[in-house]
Parts: sequence; C-alpha cells; structure tokens
Amino acid sequence: MTQDNHGKAHKFGMVIDLDKCTGCGSCMVACMSENNVPFKEDETNKKDSLTWMTVFKLTNEKKFPETDICYMPRPCMHCGGKGDHGHSPCVSVCPATATDYGYDTGIVSQIYTRCFGCRYCMGACPYHARYFNWWDPKWPDGMEEYLSPDVSPRMRGVVEKCSFCYHRYQEARDRAYYEERRDNIEEGEYQTACTQACPAGAITFGDLHNPEHQVYKLVKPDPHQCGKPRNPKAFRLLERLQTNPKVYYISEREWVRKAGDNYRKGEWGQEKQPVHDKGHK
Amino acid sequence: MKIDRRSFLGLGLGAAAGVAASPVTWKLTDDSSIWTQNWPWTPVPRDGEVSFDDTVCTLCSGNCGISIRKIDGRAVKIEGKKGYPVNDGGICLHGISGLQYLYDPSRVRFPMVKSGDNWKQASWEEAIALVATKIKELRKNGMADSLACVTGSDQGSIAGLYKRLLMAVGSQNFYTTDTMDKSWEMLIAKMHGVSAAAGFDIANSDYVLSFGTGFIEGWGSPVNNFLANSSRKERQAKFVQVEYRLSNTAAAADVWLPAKPGTETDLALGICSAMITANLYNSEFAQKAGKDFDAFAKLVNEKYAPELVSRTTGIDVSKIKNIAVEFAKAKAPLAIAGRGKGDSAGSLMEFAAVHAINCLAGNINKVGGFWTLEKQPALTWPSLEMDDAATKGYAKPPVGAMVANVSGSSGAGTSGAGISGAGIFSAVVSSVSGQTTNSVSRLFEVVNISEKSPVELLMVYNANPCFTLHNAKAVKDAVNKIPFVVSFSSYMDETSQLADVILPSHMFLEMSQDIYSGAGIAQKVTAISKSVVTPVFDTKNPGDAIIEIAKAMEGSIASSFPWKNYDACLESVTGKLWASLSEEGYVASELTPPATSVAADFSVFANFSGIPAIEGEEKSYPLTLVSVDTIRLASGVFASSPFAVKTVEDTVLLKNDTLIEINPETADKVGVCHGDYAVISTPVGEAKVRVNVFDGIMPGVVAMPEGLGHSLGAAGEVVTKDGAGMARIVGATSIITTTGGVSSKTGALENRYIGGKGINVNDLIGPVTDPVSGLDVAWGIRARISRV
Repeated sequence: MTQDNHGKAHKFGMVIDLDKCTGCGSCMVACMSENNVPFKEDETNKKDSLTWMTVFKLTNEKKFPETDICYMPRPCMHCGGKGDHGHSPCVSVCPATATDYGYDTGIVSQIYTRCFGCRYCMGACPYHARYFNWWDPKWPDGMEEYLSPDVSPRMRGVVEKCSFCYHRYQEARDRAYYEERRDNIEEGEYQTACTQACPAGAITFGDLHNPEHQVYKLVKPDPHQCGKPRNPKAFRLLERLQTNPKVYYISEREWVRKAGDNYRKGEWGQEKQPVHDKGHK
Repeated sequence: MKIDRRSFLGLGLGAAAGVAASPVTWKLTDDSSIWTQNWPWTPVPRDGEVSFDDTVCTLCSGNCGISIRKIDGRAVKIEGKKGYPVNDGGICLHGISGLQYLYDPSRVRFPMVKSGDNWKQASWEEAIALVATKIKELRKNGMADSLACVTGSDQGSIAGLYKRLLMAVGSQNFYTTDTMDKSWEMLIAKMHGVSAAAGFDIANSDYVLSFGTGFIEGWGSPVNNFLANSSRKERQAKFVQVEYRLSNTAAAADVWLPAKPGTETDLALGICSAMITANLYNSEFAQKAGKDFDAFAKLVNEKYAPELVSRTTGIDVSKIKNIAVEFAKAKAPLAIAGRGKGDSAGSLMEFAAVHAINCLAGNINKVGGFWTLEKQPALTWPSLEMDDAATKGYAKPPVGAMVANVSGSSGAGTSGAGISGAGIFSAVVSSVSGQTTNSVSRLFEVVNISEKSPVELLMVYNANPCFTLHNAKAVKDAVNKIPFVVSFSSYMDETSQLADVILPSHMFLEMSQDIYSGAGIAQKVTAISKSVVTPVFDTKNPGDAIIEIAKAMEGSIASSFPWKNYDACLESVTGKLWASLSEEGYVASELTPPATSVAADFSVFANFSGIPAIEGEEKSYPLTLVSVDTIRLASGVFASSPFAVKTVEDTVLLKNDTLIEINPETADKVGVCHGDYAVISTPVGEAKVRVNVFDGIMPGVVAMPEGLGHSLGAAGEVVTKDGAGMARIVGATSIITTTGGVSSKTGALENRYIGGKGINVNDLIGPVTDPVSGLDVAWGIRARISRV
C-alpha cells in the first residue's frame, strides 16, 4: 500500500498536564492491558519490571509541612534526535535496525523479532523508557485468553517499549483508506490507550503538526526550535540534551518544571534557550 | 591422482566458488535465523472480529460503566464507557484489570466442602442440599435465629434475597460492613429528620473543604472525583484538604491543612465558631433551630474558639478564620467527611461537626452543595410467609445489636473522652429511627466472648470480614468458632479459607444484577449489569444459589421464593424500572437539587464532649498509627490484581515487606533509616516492617497502607470429583492439572501476585465503637516502633 500524506508527515505527540495527574496509575494499567505486557510474582524491583508507561513521584524535597509531590507519567518520548532529523538516541545505536524512526509519524518503532537483546538502546535512552525481557512471559492458567491479537507478546531476550499504541494508528489509517479518506485521520480516531483511560483527563494526544489538534494548542511547538514549547508552562524532559522528545509536560508549579532538567546552581531562569546553531554562526 | 599445490588450491577455490554460488548456504542461514525466531512458548493470540459489550463494574461502590472489547467473542480489554453518568469514559486501574479477576488463580472453580483440613469438590445439588439441611436442623431445634449473614452492602436484589432468606428462616442477623455512607445516612436522619442518602454536588461546588477524605484516592465514585478535580481550574473552584499526611489528595489541593490526627472534629467546630462569631452564617437554619442553635453556638464559642482549636489541631488561628471566611463567602461551598476511600464508618459526631459547617453556610439541597437524596428505588418484593419457627426466631434480637448494658463491650477502644456512659448510647440509638444498628464488628466480638457461639451458621457474600474488619485476627478466631460457615466468594480469600462450604459466585463480568452507582456524588444511577462473558468455572449467580437453597427447604421458605431463577426474580422485583433498565442498561436521576427543604437539628450537639479516642496509651505507645488508602491498592472485598500490584511503588511494598511511612524526625527519634527493618507494635498486635522516610507525613504519625497482607489460596488439598485425577495441593504451592471431568482446570487456588505480600494493617488496629452510631469508627491506633 502506498502512502500518501499529501506531502505532510504526521508528528504524533503527547501532552501531560502534571497539575491534573493524580498519580492513580490508570495509564500504567491501561497500557499493560492494551499491549499484552506480562507480570511476575514480584514486581517490586522496578529495574526489571516491564512498565512502558511509568508514573514517577517527584518531591520538592522540602520539610513538613512545606512538602509537595508531583506525579509524572513517563511513556517513551519518541525523540526526534538532534535537529529533529530522526536520529533518536536509541535508533542511532541499534545494530539490528530493530528500532527505527517513522518519518511519516514521528514514532520510534520496536520490532521484537529483529531485536537480539544487545541493550545498546537501553544504555542510550536518557529516559529509561526501554525494558528488557529477562524472562519469558508467563500468565496464570487460562489468563492467556485475554491477550489481544493487536500486539504480539514478547519473548525472553528482547527489548520492548511504548509504541504510542501504533496498532491503533494502523487501525485508524486502515479505516481511513478503506473509507477513501487516505491518511486523513481525525484527532479522536487515533488515541493511545493511556490517553483514553486517564480518568483525570491529564493526557492529550494528537498531531503536533496540526494546529487544529489539542496537543498543538496546548504547547504551541516552535517549528524553528525543533518543537520546543512556546507555552511557558510547558516543558520537555532534559530539553538541553536536544533529543527533542514528543512528550510535553505542563505544570503551573515552578519546582516541577525545574525538575524536568538538570540545572547548575543559579542557572535556572537564566539560560533557558538551548542553542541550535548547528556549529555555524 | 597426485594432489600437488596447484591442484589443491584449484580445488579449494573451486569448492569455495561452488559453495558461494549454491543457494544452500543462504538457505541454511535463513532457516536458522527463522528457527531462532520461533518461540512456540510465546502465545499467539487469536484474531477475529472486534465487538464491544457494555456492563457496570462492581469492584468498588463507584460502579462505573464499562465497555468490554472482544475479539471473536473473547474479552480482551476493559475500557470506560463513554457517556455513562458516573465516569463518562474514564476508568480506574482496578476496572481496567477486571479480566485479571476473571482468570484469577485463586478463583474457586466448583462448589467445595471442607473435610478435615482438605477440600472436596461437590456438585451444586450436593452443596445446596447440605446447606439447606443444616438450616432445617437449626429450625427444628428452635435455633432459627442462629443463622447469620454478612454482606458488603444491603443494596440490590441479591443482598435482598439474602435478607429475605434470613427473614423466612427466622433471623434478624443480617449484617453489612460499616461504610461512610452508613454514617452519612444516620447523620441525615438525626440532623435533618429524613431518611435519605448523602449526595455531594462536587462538580458544581466552588469550594470543597475535605476533612481527611481520599477525594482522589477512591472516595465515593473515584472517576467522577478525578473529573471534578481536573475541571477545578477552569471552574475556579478551590479545594482544601485537612489531613496529617501529604496524600495525593492533599498534594492536589489548593490548601493543605495538616491538622493533628483525631482533631478534625475540633477544627470543624473551630471553623463553625469563627463563622458564627463573624456573623458569617445563613440565619435560616439557625432561626428554625432556635434554642438548639443557641446552645450549639455557645458550645463552639466556649470550647472550640479558633484560639483554642489552634492549640489542639496545630493549625494557625489566622488560617482557621481565613477558611471560615472563604467558606462562608463562596457561592457553593461544600464540606465533606469520610476518611480515605470511605470504606469505613466515621464517628457520627465528627460527621456532624463537618456537616454543621454545611448547615451554617446553608448550602443544603442547592447547586454545588450537600443534597439529601432519595434512597435508591425500593424493590418490590412479594409478600413473605413466615411460619411459627420463623416468627419465633425473628422475635429474638440480633446477636450483634448494640445494647446498652453489654459489659466489656469493645474494651479499651471506647475509653476515649466522648463516652459518658451507656445510657446516652441506647437513647440515641433509639432516636435514630429506621436505622439498623446491627454491627458486624460487634457480632464477631460477641461470638468471641461467648462460651458457645450464638451463631450456628454464617453465610458470607460479597464481604471478606477476616481481612477487612479491624482486628482481623480476632475476626478469624470468631469465624473459626462458628460451627458452620458458608462462603459465596468467587475467590479463595481469608474468609472462604475458613468456610465449611463454598458455593462460588460468578465474578461480576459473568453475572446479571441490579447495581446502584453514584456513591459520594449528587447523581444516583440504577443499572443492570449482564453477563458479558461465559462463566469460566462451575460457578453460579449467588441469587440463584439462594433461591435454590430456599427451594430445597420447602414449606413456607420455598413459597417465599416463587421465582424460577434469579433473572426472573430480578425482572419481577425491579418492577416498573425493568423495562427501561433492560433496554437502556441504566436509569439516572436528575442532576437538579432535591426539592425538599430540610431543617437542621443542632440538638445532636447537646451533651457533646468529643469523639471516641483511638486505642492505646500515649505513654507506652508514643506514635499514632493510621491506615491509609491508596488508589493503586484495592482494599475492600477484592484483593489487588497483578496489574495493580505492579503499579505499587517500592516505597510501599518491597519484596514481601510493607513499608511504613514516617517523617525523618520520627525516624531520627526511633533511630532508623530509610529501608531499615523495624517492628511496629500496637495494643492489638505487632509486625515486622520496613521504613520509608517521607517528609510529607506529620512527625509522630506512622502510615501503613490498606490492602496488603492478603493470603489467597487453600491450605491443604483440593480433591476433585473424578477419581482419575486428584489435584494435590500441598501447602498450596504446586499446580497439578487433572484431566477430564469438571475439574480439568483445578489449580492451587493460590494467588501469589498479591497473596503473601506485606502486612494487613487491620491486624494491628482494633475496632473502636462509636457510642452514638454503634458503628466501628477506628481510623488508627497508638503505636511504637522499635529497631530490629
């Protein structure tokens, strides 16, 4: 099937309102249930616990009763890499082309059958968004019945991660082609499982290239700065690494925004513009 | 032929060229790479046509509408139902995990009868006949009233059938677990003189003052609250949380008021005092209440002036006054109470103090305020026949009734300031008309203190008292003491482990029933759930089981259950509602305030001198242990699903250890660091735990999560019916599958994903009886931590 994007590629992205997030964990479970993510008897060692979507708990490190906490859901950032050219940290290091950048969608794929488990990508990912299958998945008797055919269960020895529910994009695209709309997918037609499930409505998903989409309106990505948010309350994680993530966060709280990157003392609020001069001035 | 150097090289090169040219190498490489990518042990889920089926989730009292995605009829995912009044497409993590409950390894797969330490598979006919015979025997011996039943709630036709069976047999011993809804209903009856359920129009309120509720941690209808919380900014609504710990709710609130634990009532009355002093109250209620209001004003001004309350609560005077002013000036202010998820009852006077703020603001039965909602539509039951044995039995008072002169009732728990003698209690209880005062905690207490259990046969449905009730160990002792226990649980939980017969129920996706959604919100929704999946095991709708038991007993009991089966019963008892229910799936009440105008009776505060204190002395137990609800852990009848457990932070559960949350200051005093092992002891019990040091908790307070410490599985063996294969489950660890017969799926009935993990906080906290309502209102206990 040939693809016709009318010359315009999508750039799917996510905006998470951290002030709305209550840390309930619905996104994590929706993701596990949608993507056939297995589970083990002991999941308290978070380093070997497969959670494509993880909710981190941040604190402002102040003493009682000045303490504040913030929950931060972290899916795969689907980085565009430096200059947003598709050289994501993980894609750049994969020797098997098991993870690749989709120029038509901006989604970073993971092809399990190609992956041979070298885990370079895990080392390269600054967001710890990738997980390694140390064991074969195992479901209790009969529970395999609930597995979805849309996502293949993974086997021991491969890396897996959030796919922005790519199968939902495929389904929406197929339907669009079938209905002779080509690649014109409505905003609501393609939503990730976590976005759909979030009971707080904290997650928004859509096309960052489409000014009509909520995600665009929320962060107002700057096309001249690789999608850096123009909304001052929005930020991306580790912005200065120039990985150009497609997941944006919004918070009214300054300490939360500050927690999104590493700052040297006195640096916060001073130098906020990363330089994208590509070496020539 | 002589092989010289030249020909050797020639042959070698020729061979190399031949191999390179032949497809064999490439074919073999390709084959081997394909072979290495065959993982026959990795399941390949079957594909098929997609369809959706809607029902209602009953994992908590929120009862959200859910949509089940199916592939070729096989359920693969649960999503929130768009447009359903309670959740409108949203869903919590437990609801999404519903399918894991369907295939839970601890599900009881067929009726089972205990024999010695082991379990024997029985047919439904045998099991039902056994139960019917036992009840018949009791009636013959004039002990009809020694049949008791514990259920999770008294709403709905299934609970109705249990109640009806008890009546027809001749027993008043019907118990439901105590929840905040019960406290609210009692309070409404007392303060407003009407029989109504509490409604909270949170979505339209512009100022919510919450006293320790877990507003976004499972209180009322969780998803509805999430939505209301998210829309707060746009609505410019303020949320104030009173809590001794930075819970998720406190973190989300605009203002966090960390009042000392147990002083919430004082703070509420302090706010009342500030409102009255500043003349910032609605005079309508005050005028109607007359002298009683004056007495109330005098009480709060003398004993609960902000200056005094500030000392007990630790909250600044200015803050208290500020809240009072803001609350009074808000357009639609609302004060709410009910700790954590509201799964436990609260002290009636604490609720009264909080509700007094609502009354002073006058925002009752108005938009954005507190509503007195009509209770769920009454079901229309046919007349009930009671024979002599039944009439005689029914005349006897229930075992767990709160009577004034029971010596030693609830011991140390009621030694607090608020109890000034049993006299008040009996007087007050009798003034709460139409309220049941059957206390399930009291029931088990009486069983424990009696020489011979006054309950001969206990039926448990949709409840797990051996886990959820305070001092769970004592409850287990009581259940062990009851000669015959019938469990209707779908799972091998703490209570069914101690049963003599298990008549396993369908789980919620497998059965039809009437459901009443809308806990904690202003809208009441009546819904019908239906079976959306084929039952996985040999289970039954508990309604059918009860009808069959009744039929097996013949006589007046059988004729009181005239329906062919439960579905017929459901259709007939829902009466007029049936048509719309079966067609639409649900009927929702209007979102307009009730037209009834109510008066407020402030006489509840006459003789008020505080609420029951928590158990234990400060001297030997310097700290306060509180149980906390977290949304990620299911803490009621259902244990958490594997998915839910996976989301639990390693600061709550680490390997199999519960972590207690304490302030760094407390940790310094005790001499422990983050991650250290420690022993926590209370007057009720002690446990080895690990320490989580967290700045957000008040020094001196120890928080422990609800919902851990489950043991799910059968001790002993489960012997199946077909002689061919016996499932031997020694210590419930090995799984030996038998072939053939009904029991082809027999497993260990053990769930190791939540079972055996952590400590049940209810083993450390004992019940505290509220002298006013008779409900168990414990929320904590005094405690001590020692290093290991």
